[in-house]
Amino acid sequence: MSDEEEIILSELNDEDLVLQMHDDLYDGMKEEIEEAVNILLERGWQPYDVLTKALVEGMRIVGIDFRDGILFVPEVLLAAGAMKGGMAILKPLLAETGAPRLGAMVIGTVKGDIHDIGKNLVTMMMEGAGFEVKDLGINNPVENYIEALETGEFDILGMSALLTTTMPYMKVVIDTMVEKGMRDDFTVLVGGAPLNEEFGKAIGADAYCRDAAVAVETAKEFMAKKHNQMAAG
Amino acid sequence: MAQLSDIELSETGLDAPSDPAGRVLILACGALAREILALIKLNDWGHMDLTCLPAKLHLYPEKITDAVADAVEKHRANYEQIFVAYADCGTGGMLASKCKELGVDMIAGPHCYSFFEGNDAFGKLEDEITAFYLTDFLVKQFDAFVWKPMGLDRHPELRDMYFGNYTKLVYQAQVNDPTLDRKAELIAQKMGLPLERRFTGYGDLSVALADVSRR
Repeated sequence: MSDEEEIILSELNDEDLVLQMHDDLYDGMKEEIEEAVNILLERGWQPYDVLTKALVEGMRIVGIDFRDGILFVPEVLLAAGAMKGGMAILKPLLAETGAPRLGAMVIGTVKGDIHDIGKNLVTMMMEGAGFEVKDLGINNPVENYIEALETGEFDILGMSALLTTTMPYMKVVIDTMVEKGMRDDFTVLVGGAPLNEEFGKAIGADAYCRDAAVAVETAKEFMAKKHNQMAAG
Repeated sequence: MAQLSDIELSETGLDAPSDPAGRVLILACGALAREILALIKLNDWGHMDLTCLPAKLHLYPEKITDAVADAVEKHRANYEQIFVAYADCGTGGMLASKCKELGVDMIAGPHCYSFFEGNDAFGKLEDEITAFYLTDFLVKQFDAFVWKPMGLDRHPELRDMYFGNYTKLVYQAQVNDPTLDRKAELIAQKMGLPLERRFTGYGDLSVALADVSRR
């Protein structure tokens, strides 16, 4: 096949189509991803299988190449935009078909900070992995986080900051949780470009997550621990 | 002195004089070279020399502290005093700790937008968290420091993902230059943000260097 020849997605068998979707996600081709998602659904695929085998697996490959310095932020954003297109089709169907639910997370960028690219990536990847996510948006004072946590709907709190001047605010939130006697009821994950593991420990978070893929894996580990503790208890 | 090149100040910095003339070395970010040289000339601070690290270090703030420390060690035998013309610059306090350890002073404040405005005044600008700032240097080097590293030259469709939460572009002018004003207007159009031009002059940079000059 010549490189120039156009690939007709609907003519590919399932296996080749999924591989093509991984390539298209990698290249940030939103329209192609949307088309392929619809093709798989028309062929009788379960929405959950389309999500995990095509989209999440594709983004996992993107995540690895980002971690290894092969892809950079702009390419990851394009891939995320393509995945978002696919997710928009699948989301209502996933709710109808009762996809597995691993846990629930509330996430937001801290007060004084309006940067949300990392947070949005985490939100999307967490949703793709089977977490229910409430996104509080940007510039959140401590009250917003506490109010959400007090609903009892969430297992995990995620906080994001891009600035060295705003990241200390994460400690304000965690200290307030301690004061209210609710800190141990939640897993607290933090992330953002200027943070590191040492900072995460120093402010009393459960974990610092270097990127969205790590956030998903860390959230899964903490949920599994929680599940085991409850089973043992 | 040979003509300064913004590209060289970004990529390679500025070497210290091979034959040190002054007692004091200002070790600065390349983005501040023109402003510091202007202040030295204006105030006739003949006892001050200048060397700059590449301004592009700001794209990797985690590398700034080690680069400054290496430069202090390299030059300290030649000078009675070294002053680090960096603010915290995204190092999360690491640069301040290192400077303390090395026994050298640095500029107070979080970044150059703050000290050009004046740290006290900048601290009171609470309604400006949605402002994107540019200095004279960054207006001149906008493509190299912002547009290209963010991939916007290749993928302009990502613009709103990056800047969608910003509500204005603030151009902090160190000097009055209609060419830069025009360039700032074009940048604002490119970013899709309204422009606010504020003349700051050299702000706390001149205060800090005047203090060093008196020691």
